[in-house]
Amino acid sequence: MMQQNKVYNLSQKQLSDWIDQVSFALNEVTLYLNSHPTDSEALSYFDHFQMLRKEALEIYSKNYSPLNIDSINTCQDKWKWVYGKWPWEGGNC
Amino acid sequence: MWNYEKRLQYPVNITQTNPKMAQVIISQFGGPDGELAASMRYLSQRYTMPYREVMGMLTDIGTEELAHMEIISTIVHQLTKGLSPEEIKASGFDKYYVDHTLGLWPQAAGGVPFNANQFQSKGDPITDLFEDLAAEQKARTTYDNILRLVKDPEVCDPIRFLRQREIVHFQRFGESLRIVQEHLDSKNFYAFNPAFDSCN
Repeated sequence: MMQQNKVYNLSQKQLSDWIDQVSFALNEVTLYLNSHPTDSEALSYFDHFQMLRKEALEIYSKNYSPLNIDSINTCQDKWKWVYGKWPWEGGNC
Repeated sequence: MWNYEKRLQYPVNITQTNPKMAQVIISQFGGPDGELAASMRYLSQRYTMPYREVMGMLTDIGTEELAHMEIISTIVHQLTKGLSPEEIKASGFDKYYVDHTLGLWPQAAGGVPFNANQFQSKGDPITDLFEDLAAEQKARTTYDNILRLVKDPEVCDPIRFLRQREIVHFQRFGESLRIVQEHLDSKNFYAFNPAFDSCN
């Protein structure tokens, strides 16, 4: 996995792939923690990927288009939520 | 991709059980004009919707309908929580109970199971949006019918919220239909199907 500081230099496709990876890591560890709620290693893993996901979603929203409501940047002059490709059109962009 | 939020869109706090009412309200879970059918309708239709604003509308309203399904399920759960076998028998809830105990299962008030035939995804934007407009009105009528039967204010309150949302969605689908029509031949909206024919 990439280092966190490199995330600012990624192309749109690379950043999109990175979001897929860190988000899946979170999905996976969430299920694990549901049945292992005191596993400290898993808890740190969750914290780490939660931070990476939040950062990546913010950068993606700022540079391309928002992937969820929470990362919408309202300083923009136009509502961007519905524009750009939808996932079933190929790629998260 | 979806993520869950561990909260209801509108609060439900029912302190008095009422299995008779639960049997009526469950129709908005799995019935012909229920929230499950609403969500599946919009989330299925969006793939062939050619215009971004309307793709967004179908996605976001389809998502909100899942939240409404959760509200209805919570109402049914709270209306049936902790029922005794005697209460189940006396209220006529026994026919549901024998198959599902106090579990939530999508069915209409008359016991008809949830079925994908309760909605359509036609692959034609005008047809799909008229289906959606009709669906919102049918759900609004169902909530009106429920409100004539329900007296408990703790139940009426979230039902009134859901009824209001049907009206808002109807308005937004009306705007969506206008957006679709603006892309089409104003002399003949049916000249071609923008989700299928290439002559646009």
